[in-house]
Amino acid sequence: MALNVGCTAPPGRARDNRTGSWRVFIPRFDHEACSKCGMCQLVCPEGCISETEGKEFAPDYTYCKGCGLCAEECPKTAITMVQEEK
Amino acid sequence: MALEIMEGSIAIAQAVRRCRPQVVSAYPITPQTHIVESLAEIVANGELAADYITVESEFSALSACVGAVATGARAYSATTSQGLALMFEVCFNMAGMRLPLVMTIANRALGAPLSIWNDQQDSIALRDAGWLQLYAEDNQEAVDLHYIGYRVAEDHRVLLPTMVCFDGFILSHTYEPVDMLSQEEVDAYLPPFVPKYRLDAANPVSMGMYATPDYYLEFRYENDQAQKRALEVVREAGREFGKLFGRDYSDLVESYRMEDAETAIVAMGSICGTTKDAIDEMRAEGKKVGLVRIRCFRPFPAEDLKAALANVSRIAVLDKNISLGAGGATPRGAVALELKDALYGTSTPVLDYIIALGGRDVRIEDIKNVVAACEAGDGDRFYGLRTEVL
Ligand code: SF4
Ligand code: SF4
Repeated sequence: MALNVGCTAPPGRARDNRTGSWRVFIPRFDHEACSKCGMCQLVCPEGCISETEGKEFAPDYTYCKGCGLCAEECPKTAITMVQEEK
Repeated sequence: MALEIMEGSIAIAQAVRRCRPQVVSAYPITPQTHIVESLAEIVANGELAADYITVESEFSALSACVGAVATGARAYSATTSQGLALMFEVCFNMAGMRLPLVMTIANRALGAPLSIWNDQQDSIALRDAGWLQLYAEDNQEAVDLHYIGYRVAEDHRVLLPTMVCFDGFILSHTYEPVDMLSQEEVDAYLPPFVPKYRLDAANPVSMGMYATPDYYLEFRYENDQAQKRALEVVREAGREFGKLFGRDYSDLVESYRMEDAETAIVAMGSICGTTKDAIDEMRAEGKKVGLVRIRCFRPFPAEDLKAALANVSRIAVLDKNISLGAGGATPRGAVALELKDALYGTSTPVLDYIIALGGRDVRIEDIKNVVAACEAGDGDRFYGLRTEVL
């Protein structure tokens, strides 16, 4: 999003609002421990977790806002929230 | 120059007509009513080709203006007191969206207790909203500031809505001689509004976008920069006005009999007329007193005030508003708060007087009393408190 005078923007630019910048803690996934149950994908309020091509569950960090729900709900405690250095 | 004796509100309506707004939207409220009644008549008589949008509240009035200016139209509104308070949210949005407007504020006290009388609490309460704020001493200046207001507000270096503030009743309902410029003269000074961007179906744009924490701070910075640029644009517009019509408004603060002054009064609006008369009398008695009148409160002319007050021994501020709770043990109004900030680091004492709230009359004798109190170091207090009713 450009800093246009008067906060104006052409249509479609809301896409530029990347919730990833909100993050303080970042979820790190331990793919060895993961049982591929899909729970994290279900609970993520950003809908940003998907099965990658290698059949591993992983978030899109562009949109992951670091809420920690996935880590809280993962039955295998395969997700750890760590403070992110920016 | 042809002087006409006119009621302040009617003179404002006539000035607004000459500014050729394409949309007028306002909600009547005392003491602004005569302005918008008169404009309704002007539009109904076909003397101004404008859409006059009647609404059910001030919130809607200003919202209609936001929409109008967003389409690229020049718009106008007027309000006061509770009406301005109801516009609060729209005021901030309009400034953030950088939509220029001129809105007259017939300054009035804010409730509770309910008061229809004059002070400057209403516009002062919105000093952080991002609007320019110009304060008139008399009706001639109030009229002229509307032409200047549109010119500055619509300047692409500024693009900010502007409040032209004049004291309710004291000016709005008072008949004074006014030099009304002709339509040709106003047209020569005020070009048509050229929007920087506008609502256009062929070229769609969203306005007032959502800004995440990544952008909000920067938008606010840009908003403040526009205010800062307005300092020079107001001077320019005032100078140009003086060149064309002989009344120069290039100074953001007016110095009156400040040569060799030891005590300076700082004030805004119609109280300055009384103050000038008091100063003339005190000068005749040999007292070295002067007035520094703030015409432009937003943007705040900190450097101009510093220069104008560089050589005085003490300063008395007449605040027709109060920032409740400010100042620690003593009361403070906004003018004193901001003046003290501007003068920080200098040793000149600034004493504040909360005065004339809710229409309490101020006479020449009162100004003299303030000066005497200031000379005695007695200030930062209410002036004229009726302690017998407390
Ligand atoms: S931390 Fe929150 S937003 Fe990020 S992937 Fe987990 S559930 Fe989704
Ligand atoms: S919730 Fe845990 S175990 Fe289930 S898919 Fe997500 S990371 Fe794997």
